[in-house]
Amino acid sequence: MLTLTNEMMRAIIMDHYSNPVNKKQPPKDGYEKIHMHSDNCIDDIDVFLLVENGVVTDACFDGVACAISTSSTDIMCDLLKGKDVECAKYIIDQYHHMIHEEEFDESVLEESLAFINTSKQAARIRCATIGWNAADEILKDK
Amino acid sequence: MYDVYKVRKDFPMLDGTKKMQGKPLVYLDNASTTFKPQVVIDKMNEYYTTLNANSHRGDYDLLYNMDVAVQESRKAIAKFINADENEVVFTSGDTASLNLVAFGYALKFLKENDEILISETEHASNVLPWFKVCELTGAKIKYIPLDEDGKITPANVKNVLSSSTKIVSIAHVGNVLGYEINIKEIAKLVHEVGAVIVVDGAQSVPHIKTDFKDLDCDFLTFSAHKMCGPTGIGALVGKYDLLDKMDAVFGGGGMNVKFSTDGTCIPLNPPSKFEAGTLNLSGILGFKAAVEYLEELGMENIHKHDVELFDYAVSNLEKNENIIIYNKNSHNGILTFNVKNVFSQDEATLLNHKGIAVRSGQHCAKLIDDVVKTKATVRASFYLYTTKEDVDALIDALNEGGDILDAYFN
Repeated sequence: MLTLTNEMMRAIIMDHYSNPVNKKQPPKDGYEKIHMHSDNCIDDIDVFLLVENGVVTDACFDGVACAISTSSTDIMCDLLKGKDVECAKYIIDQYHHMIHEEEFDESVLEESLAFINTSKQAARIRCATIGWNAADEILKDK
Repeated sequence: MYDVYKVRKDFPMLDGTKKMQGKPLVYLDNASTTFKPQVVIDKMNEYYTTLNANSHRGDYDLLYNMDVAVQESRKAIAKFINADENEVVFTSGDTASLNLVAFGYALKFLKENDEILISETEHASNVLPWFKVCELTGAKIKYIPLDEDGKITPANVKNVLSSSTKIVSIAHVGNVLGYEINIKEIAKLVHEVGAVIVVDGAQSVPHIKTDFKDLDCDFLTFSAHKMCGPTGIGALVGKYDLLDKMDAVFGGGGMNVKFSTDGTCIPLNPPSKFEAGTLNLSGILGFKAAVEYLEELGMENIHKHDVELFDYAVSNLEKNENIIIYNKNSHNGILTFNVKNVFSQDEATLLNHKGIAVRSGQHCAKLIDDVVKTKATVRASFYLYTTKEDVDALIDALNEGGDILDAYFN
């Protein structure tokens, strides 16, 4: 298991904030969309998942978002792409366990491990989970 | 002028023990809510420990004493903003007061194609009730054009006033840009076309000496918690004849003379007709203690103090090329800015990490992005107990800069 140093975590978050490759409108029809916004007036995003034959074949998001929500949602999109629905739900669950300082399976979280410190900044938990909650909502009945 | 360091001793929240992220608390979110001096807290406790009774003309001494105490509070608040005692209605705060005007006055008197003038800088509480009134009556909202600073001027109001205008509802001081608006002159223009003017005083009454009669506005609304008073209490001040002819939105005990099986109800006279149900009595007593506390310091002094801090902050932050200030000409206690290329919420989180409390976002004025040409801003707001050292902490933190992720990794 790879151990991430603070410097590596910073680099991951900044990379996905500065250059969020999944921050875009869906390229074609057929995506399911959930709109999410945070109570404190800022984060306001749409998350789009394309689910075909039980597999998340594409994921993207768009809107106004801070560094933590932008990068965490961008990383999530990378992680979910190509996973079957069960696996995608498992990854989302493990991420939530990590954010809330519960036991979690770190083997599936890859770059999203960069958000392991979120609980120290309670006000940012919603930023680190806003995109994940949207994906969860789309997948919950599948 | 008062001694700010002495004044701070009155506030338990400023006793030096309060920390954020392990750092001494620097509180710069006074436009959101303010700290309470011990005299206000004591007065609220006094209700629960020695005065506890309902109000509304009781039969025994405890009740009678409470009625007297409520009337004394009303008198103190009326004196504070120079209105008559029976023109002060207790509400749960500024939001409830504005809604009361919308649903008690506007809904009763507005018709299809009548116009309500507001501006894009208004707080949600001075926008959304009017949207609802328009939906229910067919009236229309028109936006007062703003000058290059984002300010409402009498000339711009005049340009959009017409015989269709029935209500003009604007903040005396906006909660994002902090400009003081010339209400007195605007009120004159509004009255010339036979409309009424509603003044949202949430950010002005706590900071500027406000004279209801001199401004000649028709309604004035404000909250106690932004002026060292309790949460959940505020006032609607209205000219008596308007209060008299508008509807009571809430029916219930304490607001009626009698009602009958035929569906009729004779309401009490204003202000009682708007005060159905048990009032926030502890809050009403604390509200009085708060206005007396402000009067003792002097509203002119408080305003002078705000302006000094604002000018000090602007003159220092202007030297920092990374800072964009959106309201440097406003000279009130509200400073709105961004750090170049940093999303406002990330900046606020970084400042939180340094112990500094500021707000980020749209500050509930969600129409304002067209005015400031940005989605969201950081707002630092000062009050009577803010010190130069507090402002220095902000200036230093902004000069120091730092990676927005510092907050996340330390």
